[in-house]
Amino acid sequence: MSLGSKEVVVNGPKVSFEIFGLKITETVVLSWVVMAFIIGLVLFLTHNMSKTNPSKKQILAEWIVQTMNGMVKDSMGSRNLVYAPYMATIFSFSICGSLISVLGLRPVTGDFSVTLTWALMTFFMIQYAKIRNDGVLGYIVGFSKPIALLTPINVLSELATPVSMSIRHFGNVASGIVITQLLYYALTALSNAVGLHTFPLFTIGIPAVLSVYFDLFTGFMQAFIFTMLTMANVGAAYPEEE
Amino acid sequence: MEKAIVLAASAVGAGLAAIAGIGPGIGEGFAVGKACEAIGRQPESSGAVTRTMFIGCAVAESTGIYGLVIALILMFANPFLGKL
Repeated sequence: MSLGSKEVVVNGPKVSFEIFGLKITETVVLSWVVMAFIIGLVLFLTHNMSKTNPSKKQILAEWIVQTMNGMVKDSMGSRNLVYAPYMATIFSFSICGSLISVLGLRPVTGDFSVTLTWALMTFFMIQYAKIRNDGVLGYIVGFSKPIALLTPINVLSELATPVSMSIRHFGNVASGIVITQLLYYALTALSNAVGLHTFPLFTIGIPAVLSVYFDLFTGFMQAFIFTMLTMANVGAAYPEEE
Repeated sequence: MEKAIVLAASAVGAGLAAIAGIGPGIGEGFAVGKACEAIGRQPESSGAVTRTMFIGCAVAESTGIYGLVIALILMFANPFLGKL
């Protein structure tokens, strides 16, 4: 797409380097950075814990664990409390992966491979929970309920879950990337039009205001929604016994 | 010439795909309005109402996001140009 004389290019993640012909993209490298950051943060928070004299960081760590456990218990039932660490992992990874764009890096979640991977993990967890709840035979029979005619639709709706979850997260983050980039081009063009060729004055400050919505709000919201939808779907597949 | 036609049609298609935003716009506005009503009636349940509303909004939003993804593909990764 071209805007005026300048070509507007929105690229996918760049290939950083190759190992034995395996292309390691920017996304993979940045997700290593995010993982290292989360592991470091968790190790820092849980370092030197004590029962009698808890420090401030220990209280923060306990609050995080309790909040996550409470959320899982509320939406999935106490039978599914075993999923709490997974949900916390997805939540923290998604938040840090999206908020990395505040540092001017490409958000990890702006790559469809990442969100599709998470959505596929959710998909297999749902299927596993269903099989655990109904048994193998009940799981297969469950597709032809309430009548056998609806079997294709049931299968399709099952397959639509990971697609919609991954596209939702990817689309929100990627649209933020594209709009920010277009805004930079437009503001540079505006600066040029006013006659500030050497120094694009308008690109200072104005993108930061929009970044509050596209980076902070969207990042938090999508991480929360992805986690909540995973919890709701898996919880519905393996409900609390009456 | 062919390329120009394909590019023009893709641009029009991208614009048409963005019309998908109408549905989620109406739906989310309706959901938020109802949530405001519910909070007005029962202010003590505002936390749960807000949380549920955001999830519902996100689910309603997905159709709009599908349209957006199609528009983005047509603009930046046009599959039809390779078929010329």
